[in-house]
Order: sequence, then structure tokens, then C-alpha cells
Amino acid sequence: MSGLDILTGMVFLPLVGAAFILAQRGDDEATLRNVRYGALGTTVIVFLFSLYAYMKFDPRSADFQLVEQVSWFGSGLVYKMGVDGLSMPFVLLTTFLMPISILASWESITSRVKEYMVAFLVLETLMLGVFTALDLLLFYLFFEGGLIPMFLIIGIWGGKRRVYASFKFFLYTLTGSLLMLLAIMAMYGVAGTTDIVTLLKTSFPPSMQTWLWLAFFASLAVKMPMWPVHTWLPDAHVEAPTAGSVILAAILLKMGGYGFLRFSLPMFPDASAYFAPLVFGLSIVAIVYTSLVAMVQEDMKKLIAYSSVAHMGFVTMGLFTMTVQGVQGAMFQMISHGLVSGALFLCVGVVYDRMHTREIEAYGGLVHRMPLYAVAFMVFTLANAGLPGTTGFIGEFLTLVGAFKMNTWVAFFATTGVILSAAYALYLYRRIIFGVLDKPALRGILDLSPREVALLAPLVLLTIYFGVHPQPIIDSSAAAIDSLIKNYDAALAATKTASLALQ
Amino acid sequence: MESLSVAIAHSLPEAILAVGALVLVLYCAIRGKDSDGPTTEIAVGLLGAAILSILLGAKTEALVFDGAFIDDAFGRFMKVLTLSGALVTLVMGQDFLTREKIDKFEFPILVLLSTLGMLMLISATGLIALYLGLELMSLSLYVIAAFHRDNVRASEAGLKYFVLGAMSSGMLLYGASLLYGFAGTVSFAGIAQAIGSTPSIGVLFGLVFLMAGLAFKISAVPFHMWTPDVYEGAPTPVTTYFASATKMAAIAVTLRVTVTAFPGIVPQWQQIIVFLSIMSMVLGGFAAIGQANIKRLMAYSSIGHMGFALVGLAAGTEQGVAGVLVYMAIYLVMTLGTFAAILSMRIDGKNVETISDLAGLARTDGVTAFFLAMMMFSLAGIPPLAGFFAKWYVFSAAIQAQLYPLAVIGVLASAVAAYYYLRIVKIMYFDEPAPAFDKPAFALRAVLAVTGVLVLLLFAYPGPFITASTAAAKSLF
Repeated sequence: MSGLDILTGMVFLPLVGAAFILAQRGDDEATLRNVRYGALGTTVIVFLFSLYAYMKFDPRSADFQLVEQVSWFGSGLVYKMGVDGLSMPFVLLTTFLMPISILASWESITSRVKEYMVAFLVLETLMLGVFTALDLLLFYLFFEGGLIPMFLIIGIWGGKRRVYASFKFFLYTLTGSLLMLLAIMAMYGVAGTTDIVTLLKTSFPPSMQTWLWLAFFASLAVKMPMWPVHTWLPDAHVEAPTAGSVILAAILLKMGGYGFLRFSLPMFPDASAYFAPLVFGLSIVAIVYTSLVAMVQEDMKKLIAYSSVAHMGFVTMGLFTMTVQGVQGAMFQMISHGLVSGALFLCVGVVYDRMHTREIEAYGGLVHRMPLYAVAFMVFTLANAGLPGTTGFIGEFLTLVGAFKMNTWVAFFATTGVILSAAYALYLYRRIIFGVLDKPALRGILDLSPREVALLAPLVLLTIYFGVHPQPIIDSSAAAIDSLIKNYDAALAATKTASLALQ
Repeated sequence: MESLSVAIAHSLPEAILAVGALVLVLYCAIRGKDSDGPTTEIAVGLLGAAILSILLGAKTEALVFDGAFIDDAFGRFMKVLTLSGALVTLVMGQDFLTREKIDKFEFPILVLLSTLGMLMLISATGLIALYLGLELMSLSLYVIAAFHRDNVRASEAGLKYFVLGAMSSGMLLYGASLLYGFAGTVSFAGIAQAIGSTPSIGVLFGLVFLMAGLAFKISAVPFHMWTPDVYEGAPTPVTTYFASATKMAAIAVTLRVTVTAFPGIVPQWQQIIVFLSIMSMVLGGFAAIGQANIKRLMAYSSIGHMGFALVGLAAGTEQGVAGVLVYMAIYLVMTLGTFAAILSMRIDGKNVETISDLAGLARTDGVTAFFLAMMMFSLAGIPPLAGFFAKWYVFSAAIQAQLYPLAVIGVLASAVAAYYYLRIVKIMYFDEPAPAFDKPAFALRAVLAVTGVLVLLLFAYPGPFITASTAAAKSLF
């Protein structure tokens, strides 16, 4: 229960890799090779560490496991790490996608390679920290610290409007998070600690819960992102380099959902129940409206970005149903979206590296020159549209079942989103892959290189594998979600009894 | 009454500086040369000795010199900060002054004398002692603000600072005389006893004038007008001194006056502090956005930061004061680091100070750019850098004191401020390189590296630092 162990090793190992890269001197080809292999090697080792942690992890227990705790501050704060069924899938998702992101940047990043790899490795430490921190202040350090490397990644290696996008990303997220910080301070004042395990057992007065919930919502809704505070996302996605978009879509967005699961729902149950209709409303708007917006986009990355907002709408809707299916579905949808949207951004990156444009208009008929690419892209397009047999279906279906149990109208409107997502995803696919290859620039385009096959193949396999066999993901979080919902219902019942007793 | 030796023992740092400065004047006068020779080195030695005498000296609390001077944990904490600010200023500034050919021996001596004033100010327990310390500090500062006397902007800065400073001293004196009139005593403890918790209207007037005078020294809005002009016009080492040591002393005396002289009427001064704090945070944040000169930008930044520090004082609790102390210490480190980078901005031997001169610094001098970027993120309060912990302590104190509107406005203002700090990072990292800077002096490199490491790694081991500031805050209550 004490001392440092596997999680700390896993979280801070990327920093060791970053130090190794910084120690490389010179700008010649050999150094750059060392830098790239150093980054790749580090992320692979981190992935192995996380697999080892997963082997030691017991998914049948709802408790926090692999807990590490050392006193840290002079003032009663502690360094505490641990995982449970809610965080373990995200840890694996992060460590799995990192080597892929590094590999995706292998050839496309040619300037300031050293700084780029360092930024990514630091970012990995901070992301893993977010999912493993069991102290609220520690969580906040990681959560907010992640802004710095992402800001640099977008701003230095991004596209034309990179400066605008990086500032928007940073300031939006920062403003929301600062309000959450105030809520964290208030919770510290009530509970006398920022230990998450203790805070989960603390019951905050309902009137206070409302404010705390809103403050957390300000941060998490921006991060998620929920309509109407999603506007930073299309800009950030479009301007970020490919790997940056992958990480942004696959992992950074999940921090919002993770925050709801870890803090808002269990710690402020009364407020969550009170605000659930608001969340449903915003989720439906997100699902329907951003799907429609996605349909008219001219830029591939922007289209995928809007589709991300729509998919996150399913997540928030599922979470706040607080039914087993809804929350399971939300959890699954987040993992699925991590794989699928990450893969879609990689697919965009593949053609962008060749043609240096993301305009949908510039493409067409790629199937004739790039059959392998067409297959991979099709799998992810169908998964994005929620076709049964892919991961996308399971998440959407479960969240819709959960929503249907709560409120049929919510489920009704959300279901239209499924149809719309099929429309924009297939429409995109048709315009890029099918048709005649009549653009002169495309005549010489080459199919996937072995490196790109290595990037996309594992994602294709997992998308289909978890689509037909979702059990591993569902099992690993089932116990934690059951206990989450049990405690939530118990807390609501207690408040109800208390208010009845008063009357 | 205690013997003189006890009094001297408890005011050893002041004694070192006073005697040292006087001997140094005599030495330089007899030597008859204009250049500073070894005076800077000797002054640095004296400041270092003063710091050591505090760190190694007795840790007991004592009231000496007829109760006008107190030696307590709070005073020692703030004195170490002030002395460190002065010491680093002298170390960093020497190269600049030599190049600008204003390396006169008076500079280190004036710094010593104003630092002496600051130390007296920090330890003052009565209105008379406060005023003496304040004037000794200010008069020396007026001179060094205009130290570059052949430079029009520096002279203007000095004059402006003098005129406005004299006015603020007048207000402070007026407030002090009202307080003396109504309380019948000049000692803070006596005032606290005399007014109790039901102040008369005269006391309130006195309080307001006194606070106005102090707000001028910490450059809180609406008494901040002089700050951007003086920061821009004064030679950069002098600006460094204004931004570091002077702020430490001014905040220290504000804390001591409010907490020890008016403990019974917290609600009355709390609203003044809340007002100053909100105005400073908001104006500092918005006004800095449009600045092109980095010294001017740092002036607005310091206005904003004083607003953040006052958030802790506004809480009016021991926790809040401890927060302010943490804040000031971290602010000192960040300021010195930033000014070390500003002092390194020199192209072909000529000094430059517009923000666009920093363009592409990441590619021409990666190390300086990295540390300056860390300073900027830290000033913006992004974790895990030290600046975040500074904000954490003051804002938690405000939340515990239930000052919710202040806290919400404060964090939003800090998001605004983040914009202009990010702009500097953007210029250094995203833009195409401008002409490279000359190789900075070793002292600047060293200061930047040390402060940078402190800012980066404070989160790893803040224990002793937090303990010291908590103990210091306790001694005030």
C-alpha cells in the first residue's frame, strides 16, 4: 500500500526517455535516428509496463488497486496513485496509442524533431498521471500541465492557423479548469484532504454540490467537449500535426468523460441528478447539430473533429443516465472512439503526407491507386458510423438502451444522430475513395508503406475484435461501474429520506 | 529596558548594512575614483552577510529599541526575500551598468541604503518607525530610478516616481496623523487596543489614507500609474530591483500594519484590500495585452501579481497570510529569472527591450528560451510549475474565508493574464528567428538557470519552504 511501484514507474518512464533524447547532441541523420528510436522505444516499454500492470490488476474488484502512497508536501498533501476499472482502460488506451503516434510522426516531422519527441513524451507522462492520480490536487497538476506540451505541439508543428488554434485550445481549457480548481479548494476545505478515496466517501451538502458540480462541469464540458463550448476542438484538430490530432481526439477528450465518472457523478450525486436533464439537452444538441455541421465540411480533419463532438455527446448522455447500460456504453464508446477517431486522423495523415492538403475536393477515386488504404479507411468509416461488428456499434447501442430506460425522447433524438453519422461518414468515404481518379496530381499516389500498414493494422484488428467480442473492455470496468451506480442510488435515496424527514 | 547589545543582536542585518554602507561611502570618497571598483562586490558581500546573520542567528522573537522594532519569524522570512532580491539585482546588474557606462560607485551604496530602509520597514512596529523606513527606502529609490542621468526616459522615470512617491508619502503621513490623533499612540499594538472593534470615522479615514500610501508602494490599482513608466524608463537593473526587493518590503509592511494594527476591524480593511486586489488583477491582465515593450509588460504583470498576492491578505486569516508569503517568495524567484532573461536581451552590444526581439529565440538560444518559457508558464500559474502553488495557497485561503466572488474574478483574471504570457512563449517558439542575442554574461545565465530549476522543481520538495512560511505567518497573529 505504500512506497513507489509499477504505476509510478510507468507514469514517469517517458520523462527518462525525454532526458535521453535531450542528451543527444547534433543535428545529423544519425542523431535524429537515435531520437526517433529513443522515443519509440520508450513508449513501447511504457506499453509493456502498462500490460504488466493490467496483469496484476483484478477486474472483479471495484476497489482501487496497485495503490502507491508517499507523503509529499509539508502540508498534509500526499502523492497517491492507483487504478480501478474506470481508469485502467484509459491507461491502456494511452500507452497503446503513444507508440503509434510516434511512428506516425516518423517521416512527417522533419524540423525540431528532438523538441517534438520530448513534448510527446512529457505529454504521455501527464496523460497517464491524470488517469492514475488518486489525489485531487495531483490530478489537477497532471490535467492542467498537459496543456503546455499540447500548446507547443499545435503551435510549433501545426498548420497555417496554428497560433490561433493553440491559443484557443489553451485559453478555453484553462478558463474552465480554473473554475474547477476553485471547486477543488472548496472540497479541500470541507474534507480537509484532497485524497480521492476519502472524497468519494465524503458527502457534500446538496446546496454546495450544485456549485461544485457546475465548476467541475465548466472544466470537463470544455475538455469533453460538449456543445456549445466545443468550438476550440475543430480548430485545434485541424491545425495540429497528425499525431497531435490523434492524441487530442483519442485521449485528451477522454479526460472529460473520465472526470465525470471519477468526480462529478460519485462525489456530487444530488447535483448530477438535478442537472441530468441539462446534460441530456446539451448532448442531444451536440449529437444532432454537430452531425449536421460535419456533413457540410470541406476539410477532412474538420469533419472528423465535428463527428468527435457528436460521439462525445453519446458519452455524456450515457453517463448521466446512471443506468448500468448507459455508463457501460459511455465507457465503451470512449475507448472505441479513442481507437476509431485516432485511426481516422491517421488515415487523413496518410494522404496529407502525400498531397499536403486536407481538402476533400482535392481527392477522389483513391481506391484505384490505394486499395489497402481504402480497406483500412472503410473499416474506420463504418466503425464511425456505428455498424454492428465494429466497436462503434456497441458503445452507441448501449448508451441508447440506457437513455431509452430513462427517457424515450432523449433516445429518439439521439438515434437520429446514428443515422446522421452514417450519412456524413459514408459521404466522406464516397468523395475521397470512390469515383473516377481524374485529378492529375493523384495519378502517381502510392499505397500504404510498410510503416503505415504497421500503424493501421493493429487499429483495424482491435476495432473489429472488440466489435465482435466486447467482453474484455466491459469486464474490466463492470465491477467499478456497478459499485458506482450502487453508491449513486444510495446517495440519492439518502437525500430523499432526509428531505422527507424534514417535511 | 534591554541593553544596546541585545538590540544590536536582534537587528544585526540592519547593523551590517548601515555600518557597511557608511564605511563604503567613506572608502569611495577617499579613493576619489568615479568607477565602482570593488564596491559592488563589497555590497554583495554585505548583503550576503546580512542574509547569513538571519539564517544562522537566534530564532527568538524580541521587541527592541523601545518597542519600535520587532525581530520575529515573519520579519526574518521577508527580510531574507528582500535581501536576496537586492543581492541578485547587484550581481545581475553589474554587467549592464558597465556596458551603459553608468557603473558609478553610488549605485551599490544606494541599493544598500534602500535595502536598509526596507529591512527597517519590515520590522517596524509603529507609525514613526514605518515612516522612517519608508522614506529611507524611497529616497534612495528616487535617485537610482534616475541613475542613468543622461537618458531622458530615465530622468523622466525618476522625476515621475519622485513626484508621485512624495504625494503618496503625504497621504500616508496624513493617515498616520489621523490614526495617532484618534488612537493616541503610534505603536501598532497600541492602535489595535485603542480602536478595538468599533472604529470611529476618523480612524477609518486614517486607515484609508494609510492604505492608499502603502498601495502606492506595492503599485496596486488605482495607485499604479507610475509603474509602467518607471519600469520602462529606469535602467533594467533598477527595474529588477523595483520588481523584486521593493515589492517584498512593501507587501511585508502592508501585512504587518493590517494584521497587527487593525485586527479588530477586519471587515473594514478587508473591503479595501478586496477592491485593490480585484482592480489590480483585472487591470494588470487586460492592460498588459497590448504592450510591445517587455519591461512595460512586466510592469503590468507585477501589478496583476500584487493583486493575486492581496487575495491572500483579503482572507484576513493566518492561512491567507501564509499564502501571501508563499506567493511573494515564488514571485521573487520568477521575477528575478525573468529579468535575468530580459537583461540578456542585447544585440551587438546594444540593449533591446521590445517583445518582438525575442522572436524565434528557441532556435537561436534554446536554453534561455526554455527557461524564460518556464517563467512565463509559471507566472501564468500553470501546474506543475511553482507559480501554480503560489496561486493555490492564496486562492484556497480566499475560498476558506468564503470570498467566492473575489476568487472567481481572480481566476478569470489569471486566465486573461495567461494570454499575454503565452504570447511571449509564442513569439519565442512559433515565430521565425530575429537576429540572435549576444552571449549573455555568466551571472545572468547562472541566475536564470537557478531560478528556472527552482520554478520547475519546487513541486518535488516544497516541505521546508511551506513550513517556514507557515511559521512566519503564525508569528504575526
